[in-house]
Amino acid sequence: MIYDIEYETLPREALEAIQLRRLRSTLERVYATVPFYRRRFDQEKVKPSDVATLQDLAKIPFTTKQDLRDNYPYGMFAVPMDNVVRIHSSSGTTGQPTVVGYTARDIDTWAALMARSLCAGGATRRDIIHNAYGYGLFTGGLGVHYGAEKLGASVIPVSGGNTKRQVMIMKDFGPTILTATPSYALQLAEVAEEIGVSFKDLKFRFGIFGAEPWSENMRTEIEAKLNLTAVDIYGLSEVMGPGVACECHEAKKGAHIFEDHFIPEIIDPKTAEILPYGAEGELVFTSITKEAFPVIRYRTRDITSLNAEPCICGRTHVRMNKVSGRTDDMLIIRGVNLFPSQIESVLMEVDGVEPHYQLVVEREGNLDVLTVMVEVNERLFSDRVRQLQELEKKLTQNIKDYFGVSAQVKLVEPKAIVRSEGKAVRVIDNRKK
Amino acid sequence: MRVKQISVFLENKAGRLADVTAILAGSAVNIRTLSLADTSDFGVLRLIVDHTEKAEEALRQNGFTVRMTDVVAVEVKDQPGGLHAILELLRKAGINVEYMYAFVQQSGNNAIMIFRFDRTDGAIRLLQNNGIPVIDGRTISAL
Repeated sequence: MIYDIEYETLPREALEAIQLRRLRSTLERVYATVPFYRRRFDQEKVKPSDVATLQDLAKIPFTTKQDLRDNYPYGMFAVPMDNVVRIHSSSGTTGQPTVVGYTARDIDTWAALMARSLCAGGATRRDIIHNAYGYGLFTGGLGVHYGAEKLGASVIPVSGGNTKRQVMIMKDFGPTILTATPSYALQLAEVAEEIGVSFKDLKFRFGIFGAEPWSENMRTEIEAKLNLTAVDIYGLSEVMGPGVACECHEAKKGAHIFEDHFIPEIIDPKTAEILPYGAEGELVFTSITKEAFPVIRYRTRDITSLNAEPCICGRTHVRMNKVSGRTDDMLIIRGVNLFPSQIESVLMEVDGVEPHYQLVVEREGNLDVLTVMVEVNERLFSDRVRQLQELEKKLTQNIKDYFGVSAQVKLVEPKAIVRSEGKAVRVIDNRKK
Repeated sequence: MRVKQISVFLENKAGRLADVTAILAGSAVNIRTLSLADTSDFGVLRLIVDHTEKAEEALRQNGFTVRMTDVVAVEVKDQPGGLHAILELLRKAGINVEYMYAFVQQSGNNAIMIFRFDRTDGAIRLLQNNGIPVIDGRTISAL
């Protein structure tokens, strides 16, 4: 089902006309109300009125995470605080947190886009949604929550943590849709198994997972373990929160970006050159309907590509492929570029390996040393040491074959890898000192 | 005639073995014998205990990776050539010993060895046909 059939299936020409109108009014507004944007535009000698076509967006300077940090907390807001009804903040896991605000109308728009997303992921107003995204400053919990209510579904605001209790709720309340980070979804599966609850006996039909990059292999595993269809949802607090883009359950092949609200671009992260559809690069967003916190050509640092092919679901909005990594997550090991998600895919090719892993990089002398920690589950474990050593050897060999990088694979006990707020910590880089 | 052995995956770090013994003590499980195989970064602890299921559950609940394996307890004559006679028999039959370790107590005048074979049933049959006593799990637990 398509939530907003008119806007989500607009012909390209009509969609672009709307985009241009909204883009121009957003540029005029930020130039008038946000000193940062006025200064930046003036520096580049560009005026909002210079943008006469969508292609002219290329004349406008980029905005980076650092710009948001420099204007902490409210410097990027485009409306007086009187009009702000909600404040969220990023987790700050990669540095100083950033603060975002919403007007009443922004909250309404967000709820509608989340309703679109849930709908794309298979939800209807008859569904019960078990929302295990964290509630609080993180946009995940409340974002999904408002969207679920907008859609008219029943939402269980269970939030993150207390996993055993969550399993009991899943058993007793009979939710049909699960929303969570993919790593937390797997944790739910683990705990359910431990306490003897089978997902086969639960009522889940669809799971809508996001807030961290995950691989196709992980999708296969989640679908098998949780007995549901898993779709990918994309969003980030700087642009809005969850619901910037979402996969349709019909195709499960890339998330439709809600282009009547956000203009996506893909650029070369090094040269900032705009790349064509299909090319992989850094995703850049311009919000064109947000009031309190518009972002102009915001560099997300997420690496992906755009797919403009028509989709079987009927939506005309362009799709973004799965995020394969982050420009700041990218590891350079002895000159080889590596994303954690690439290692994940290779690990999971070996039967029984679960996506509970962590990459640790150290520098010994002048040499980068990569250690891949992999949790040993009962399927991998053997009473024979030789078999475990062979597993380590096989994983090491596979990484070497795929990437040409020597890694040391180290088997660790289950839960040895820290999961923070349901988000797994994938990389520990001890080289930066 | 098989004996249940519990294997536990352990990272090589201080106090990990003590964590296991604390859990077993807390569950009133008595260790009959054990062996620890280790590499530079992990170890595999193999245990034979009096209450196998209780031990398995307690360890699992505490987040350990646990695996049950069938091993064979064999009486070995406590005299020169006692063990050799058995190994020779196995070699001729082409049965491989994955690993072995000693049981703490004796059975009468004989020593007891715990064997992990690649072909457990074949090994049991071979030993019994050659008059070498194989001790079942219940007897081992009660020793």
